[in-house]
Amino acid sequence: MRKGVLRPGHIQLRVLDLEASVQHYVELLGLHETDRDEQGRVYLKAWSEVDKFSLVLREANEPGMDFMAFKVVDDATLETLTADIEAFGLEVTHKAAGDLKDCGRRIQFTAPSGHVFELYAEKTYTGKWGVEETNPEAWPRALRGMKAVRFDHCLLYGDELAKTFDLFVDVLGFYLAEQVIDPDGNRIAQFLTLSMKAHDIAFIQHEEKAKFHHASFFLETWEDILRAADLISMTDTSLDIGPTRHGITHGKTIYFFDPSGNRNEVFAGGDYMYPDHNPITWKAEDLGKAIFYHDRVLNERFLTVLT
Amino acid sequence: MSDYVITEQLNQQSFTCQQGEFVLKAMENHGLHAIAVGCRGGGCGVCRVKVIAGSYECARMSKAQVSTEQQQQGYALACRLKPTSDLIIECSPSPLAITGITDVATAKPKHTEVIK
Repeated sequence: MRKGVLRPGHIQLRVLDLEASVQHYVELLGLHETDRDEQGRVYLKAWSEVDKFSLVLREANEPGMDFMAFKVVDDATLETLTADIEAFGLEVTHKAAGDLKDCGRRIQFTAPSGHVFELYAEKTYTGKWGVEETNPEAWPRALRGMKAVRFDHCLLYGDELAKTFDLFVDVLGFYLAEQVIDPDGNRIAQFLTLSMKAHDIAFIQHEEKAKFHHASFFLETWEDILRAADLISMTDTSLDIGPTRHGITHGKTIYFFDPSGNRNEVFAGGDYMYPDHNPITWKAEDLGKAIFYHDRVLNERFLTVLT
Repeated sequence: MSDYVITEQLNQQSFTCQQGEFVLKAMENHGLHAIAVGCRGGGCGVCRVKVIAGSYECARMSKAQVSTEQQQQGYALACRLKPTSDLIIECSPSPLAITGITDVATAKPKHTEVIK
C-alpha cells in the first residue's frame, strides 16, 4: 500500500579524490555540477531530473555510501512516516533544512541491513537541465559523456533482508518486483519498487552490513549502453562487466567503477511493474543467469567487490 | 623509464612494472592473474598485498581496507601501489573484502529468515 513515498531522491557517496570523482561523474556519466557547500561537498544531477541534485560527493578516507534518500509527497507525510518508522523500532534522527544545500528537513534511520536511509519532502525545484517546461525540445544539445538521463536506483549488500523487507514494504509502501529464493525458501535478493520501474532499491544478502554495490543511472537504449562502453574504453575507466543483459529486470547494462572504486551502472530498458503484478522469482541455483543473462555465470567481482 | 620486477610469492609469478605504473595494472597488461582484480580504485580491498621487500609509493586508498598502521606494516592495495625498486609481494586480501564469498555464491546465506 502506498505510504506517500514518491521516488529515489539522492545518494551521498564517499570518494577518495573529490576532483577526480567530479570529473568522472561530469565528463564520463554526463551529470551536471549544480553546487558546492562549505563542507566541500559537490552536488550533481542528471539532465532530466527536476530537483536541484541527486548525487552528493563527499571526500573521505574510505569510499562507499553515506546514505540514500527518498522524496515523500509532503511534510505531513514526513511526520506520519517518522512515527511509523519509530513504531517499527528504529531510531530516527533529524537533519535541519539546509544541512544539504537547498534541501528541506530530512529524517534519517538505519535499516536492518545496516544502510542509512533518508526521507525528505522538499528540495529546490530547478526543472530539467537545458530544456524548457513549455514546448520542450527532445533533449539538451550540450550533454557530455554517457548523457545519463537520471539517477535510477541502488543495489545494496547487507544482512537481515527479511526485516529490511518489512521496513520497506509495510512501513514505506514499496512493493516486491523480483526476488531470488534459495532451495530452503530463503529470500536472498529483493528488488523493490515504488513505481512502474523494475526497481527503485535492491538488496542482496551479505554477511556484512551496510555495503554498497552500485548506483545506477538510466540511459534510453541498448545503443546508448554500447556507446557508454566505448567511452569507458576511451577514458581507460575500470570496467567491471558488460555490455550485457540482466535476467532480473531484463535491463541492458554495463558496470564500471568510479575513481575510488564505487561501482556505477548505466542501464536501459527493463521490465515494468504494477502493484497488482505477482513478483518475479528467480532460483538461487540459477543466479548466474538471473544476474548476467548471457554469460549465465556470476563473476566473482559481483559478489565480493563492494565499498 | 625503469622497469622493476614484481614477484608475487604465493603464486610464484613475476612480471615487470614500469616506474610510475600501478602494480595491478602492470599485472593485467601482462595477462597474469597472480593478484585478484577488484575495483582498481583503492576501494574494495580485493587486491590487498603485503610488500615483503622493496621500496614503493602508494596513491590514496581506503582506510577501511588498509589502516594507517597496516600501511606502515607494508600492506597496500596493488591497484594503488607504485614500485620504486623491484618488489617481493604476497597476496593478502582484506578480510572485509572476502567475507561475503561463501554467502550468496553458494546460495546458503547464514542470516536470512524464511519468507512468509
